[in-house]
Amino acid sequence: MTETIIDKPPHRQVTSNLTDYHECYTSFSTEPPSAVSDLPNRPTINIAYEAVDRHLNTDIEDKLALRWLSKQDEIVDFSYRDLAEQTSRFASVLHRLGFERGDRVFSLAGRLPLLYISALGTLKSGCVFTPLFSAFGPEPIRSRMEIGEANVLITTMGLYRKKVASWWHELPYLKAILLIDGSGELEEGCYALPELMDQGDPYYPCVNTQKDEMALLHFTSGTTGKPKGVMHIHQAVEEHKISAYYALDLHPSDIYWCTADPGWVTGTSYGIIAPLCMGATMIVDEAEFEVERWYRILQDQHITVWYTAPTAIRMLMRAGSEIRQGYDLSALHFIASVGEPLNPEAVIWGEKTLGLPFHDNWWQTETGAIMIANYASQAIKPGSMGLPLPGITAGIVKRNEQGDVEEVHKPMEVGELALKQGWPSMFRGYLHQSERYERCFNNGWYLSGDQAMRDEQGYYWFVGRVDDLIKSSGHLIGPFEVESALMEHSSVAEVGVIGIPDELTGEMVKAYVALKPDVEQTEQTLQALQKELKGFARKRLGAAVAPKEIVFRQNLPKTRSGKIMRRLLKARELGLPEGDISTLESDEQ
Amino acid sequence: MKNHEIKALLLKAIQEIAPEIELEDIDLEEDLRDECDLDSMDFLNYLIEIKKLTGVKITERDYPNVNTFKKMLAHLEQNIA
Repeated sequence: MTETIIDKPPHRQVTSNLTDYHECYTSFSTEPPSAVSDLPNRPTINIAYEAVDRHLNTDIEDKLALRWLSKQDEIVDFSYRDLAEQTSRFASVLHRLGFERGDRVFSLAGRLPLLYISALGTLKSGCVFTPLFSAFGPEPIRSRMEIGEANVLITTMGLYRKKVASWWHELPYLKAILLIDGSGELEEGCYALPELMDQGDPYYPCVNTQKDEMALLHFTSGTTGKPKGVMHIHQAVEEHKISAYYALDLHPSDIYWCTADPGWVTGTSYGIIAPLCMGATMIVDEAEFEVERWYRILQDQHITVWYTAPTAIRMLMRAGSEIRQGYDLSALHFIASVGEPLNPEAVIWGEKTLGLPFHDNWWQTETGAIMIANYASQAIKPGSMGLPLPGITAGIVKRNEQGDVEEVHKPMEVGELALKQGWPSMFRGYLHQSERYERCFNNGWYLSGDQAMRDEQGYYWFVGRVDDLIKSSGHLIGPFEVESALMEHSSVAEVGVIGIPDELTGEMVKAYVALKPDVEQTEQTLQALQKELKGFARKRLGAAVAPKEIVFRQNLPKTRSGKIMRRLLKARELGLPEGDISTLESDEQ
Repeated sequence: MKNHEIKALLLKAIQEIAPEIELEDIDLEEDLRDECDLDSMDFLNYLIEIKKLTGVKITERDYPNVNTFKKMLAHLEQNIA
């Protein structure tokens, strides 16, 4: 933590959507901003309508809505009118194939135009959209599609062959694979999406979904058990708009770039929905991170608002400030970061090198939208996640002796970060796991699982997770999923997986493995086995989830009931106090 | 160093990070990060391996010239001492 405060010049307060934080926060319930004030009283809301069709027959219908940059630097532009027609075509394709309102459409693809079109087209048709990260291996893909009872998968030929083809027929609900780059003769159940789109209806109407109807199903990891399907309703779009307006300071005149992959919640809420709702122009880059490419995009596309992530920012820092000098970034006027807490040095680096400080903000898959943020008009305390959005009540809570949570009012006291339940984009359940959902709430508070503290000015500071979840490059990884994959290897007896601090990615996945007694353990065989296990895990889990480091132990610390004590592995790895070890039955060797 | 020797070192560097990859899995003209499923951390570790095995340091400015197997091979051929 640092005492540094980055103040904002007075003109910032005049031109920002949020001029005076405290006044805006207090008056929000009676005077919501005009950008969203017509929404709350309507019984039907459709996210795709708000993002796209709403702009038809207005003066922005021919405005550039989405500009796609290919890996080879081709440019493909879509106006709001184009997006409306394309998403209608996609909705009609689903209808023609026999899919109905409420059916589940999954995507697994890189950042391609048809991914964006099918996400919005799915919502338009009243179906539920689930994005999957294309860097997942077959196992995380399959388990999510099983739990989510996927009916349709949109993917590419390459990803289909590599990760899906061998098992998809075993999924009882899955009826169709729509291939973005498919053509000609295909296997049964597979369709060439471009051909279907050509035959689609560009004027297919947007379904009038009820505001509490499920729209999005996002997956997040749990510490134990399988991934959880987080359900969001169409009404969530209210909060997408409010947060884009306040926390990203998005104006219709902005050219906006969200670097998050649509395989994750940020890439959906802020990489597809919110910017279009605001009538802005959004830039999508197909390619992966590359320092000079990114500076070039910021310059050439005249990006004004940029929403990115700590790992990318730290890679830019690593490349040095000199490289930035060759680029004109004068169009840029607001930059923000999300995924994991942004270290103070990175906020200050932004100010020094880019001429703007990064505005960190906080939210989760479950919250559906940004909940706590640093604002364009407000002073930044580098390292802090900022102040709650207007309309959001946040608090630091602790459990009392009766097990009920109570708010802690003392400044800088560590407790669990909680939100008063009932905001528009609050998740409405974990699919088929109502008990797990109930456990997230207590006394009217949603419990985030993040430990934090609040200072005297009301700024929130992240401290750590209350559970064993690992945050790597902004992605939440469940240790159980990694352990389960390694346990499938015939030489492995037990596994404990933890996250260890990493300068670039926040945390790095590390696995501790105990081998079966009959496995030969010479230096040479262990070295070979280490590599084999690494490849074994990568094949199943993909690079985003697989452990970066694997070490061997004779025995792992366990409780009486045989549960591996990840907490203890982590304390020892980091040289921290071991804490309460009264439940330890069998120790590490 | 001969072309096939450099090629072998390059594959070795990849396999340090992604042991499951064989040469025939890679489209030599496609982005190596996609071909070998390397995330940003894997890619940096792969460049560290390249440095270790060949002595050639790859800077951020070189990235566009080394993003496929074929381009990296050409870059190493030019720069190996």
